[in-house]
Amino acid sequence: MTTPKLPIFMDYHSTTPVDPRVLEAMLPYFTEKFGNAASRSHSFGWTAEEAVDVARENIAKLIGASSEKEIVFTSGASESDNLAIKGVAEFYKDKGNHIITSVIEHKAVLDSCKRLEKEGCEVTYLPVAKDGRVDPQAVQNAMTEKTILVSIMLANNEIGTVQPLEEIGKITRARGVLFHTDAVQGVGKIDFDVQKMNVDLASITAHKMYGPKGVGALYVRRSKPRVRLVAQMDGGGHERGNRSGTLNVPAIVGFGKAAEIAMKERPEEAARLLKLRERLRNKIQSSMDEVYLNGSLEHRLPGNLNLSFAFVEGEAMMMAIKDVAVSSGSACTSASLEPSYVLRALGVGDDLAHSSIRFGLGRFTTEEEVDYVAKLVVEKATHLRNMSPLYEMHKEGIDLKSVQWTAH
Amino acid sequence: MAYSEKVIDHAENPRNVGTLDKSDPNVGTGLVGAPACGDVMRLQIKVSDGGVIEDAKFKTFGCGSAIASSSLATEWLKGKTLEEAEKIKNVDIVNELNLPPVKIHCSVLAQDAIKSAIDDFRAKQAARRSEKPEAQTK
Repeated sequence: MTTPKLPIFMDYHSTTPVDPRVLEAMLPYFTEKFGNAASRSHSFGWTAEEAVDVARENIAKLIGASSEKEIVFTSGASESDNLAIKGVAEFYKDKGNHIITSVIEHKAVLDSCKRLEKEGCEVTYLPVAKDGRVDPQAVQNAMTEKTILVSIMLANNEIGTVQPLEEIGKITRARGVLFHTDAVQGVGKIDFDVQKMNVDLASITAHKMYGPKGVGALYVRRSKPRVRLVAQMDGGGHERGNRSGTLNVPAIVGFGKAAEIAMKERPEEAARLLKLRERLRNKIQSSMDEVYLNGSLEHRLPGNLNLSFAFVEGEAMMMAIKDVAVSSGSACTSASLEPSYVLRALGVGDDLAHSSIRFGLGRFTTEEEVDYVAKLVVEKATHLRNMSPLYEMHKEGIDLKSVQWTAH
Repeated sequence: MAYSEKVIDHAENPRNVGTLDKSDPNVGTGLVGAPACGDVMRLQIKVSDGGVIEDAKFKTFGCGSAIASSSLATEWLKGKTLEEAEKIKNVDIVNELNLPPVKIHCSVLAQDAIKSAIDDFRAKQAARRSEKPEAQTK
């Protein structure tokens, strides 16, 4: 086997490289086409505005929006999540103050909800099943007269689990409750259609879909129902008053181009990634015992693989495969020293949460890379197990759960 | 987070990985930490009749800094008397490996492991001494 070019990037959930076609589309908007899209009185401004409108249309098409006017540009998905949740809570505060979300949402959603709780909102955090999915019936059951918003992500960033948005959308629509989704990880990778799923607000970002960092969007439905927001930033009233600030034209152009490419290439790309993901999983799981898949296999992003290598600590594993960029739910990789809250929510024990590795495959992942990574991972995990006291105890038949450990 | 060269060296080429016979009366075993916390260290020492540590082995479940801390500890333990070994403090490990603040607990665990192995050895010796006189009186 030949060695692919190192280092290998297998962390496509964290970010993605800008597609060369995207970069090419962006470049003129840094130099000769540098106008401010809000300049209404000269050609520089018109050129910029036209380019922004094309991007808006491409993004609207990608998510099934009925009008490009429903796309509000932001600095990224964290801002979109904040704007959606806080903006809705503020606008509809006379109607109610109850929000339903899930425990495995991104921090931008969870922390926006926490802030609203301090301001008098009530938030229900729904649990997920062992497969990492929210039960739509639980959404139904959590509804009260005061519920104004349900926020459930399209796909999880750690375990790639795809949520039943279509079922949840039926429930929210029937109750007349607004439905927001953080669609960041799924847009351009799996089916996502705001009409079919009855989504009223959706957060997306360019850099997870081969566009540039620093630009995102919030889809805000304009009819049936018309969603209203209170802007969270004051200024020139850009984006129909929803988000003030001069538009980042080159990045928006890139975002639009990335959406256009995703629209065209998604089916083929998803099939290719699924095949590669399964190749990686099968190669690892057939070579080693006690390797566990976290989250549903069936309802999963094609490029996501999240495995726990029992008796091996995640950060040590990442260090051992240092030429491969992956991520871990181990506490040691976080400043808080707490293992992943997502894995905990699935009921994965803390020991296995510490042993988790997330592989994120994407557009530029090759079969050669997958084979190299599979072999390296098996070799290094075996090596680390040979120096793990837990593995030795396990092999001796000791039940690790029966041992009195000294928590520290 | 960037690792220091010494941490990388120990994590990639750990010294003294292995297992000593824990039923050997001259072997002391320390097992500290917890899987749920992401760190478990087992450190073993073999002590000569003269009270000198002849051999030391470890196995660690933990991050690179935890592996490096225990690897370094086994290196330092060899050739020391128990009294000298007891003087190894976690700050010595922190300084030697340039551990960042977030990894200091790894060095604390290594110090605990040393203490636990020494305690185990002494407990075994004490148990042996208390058995022997009994055997003589019969």
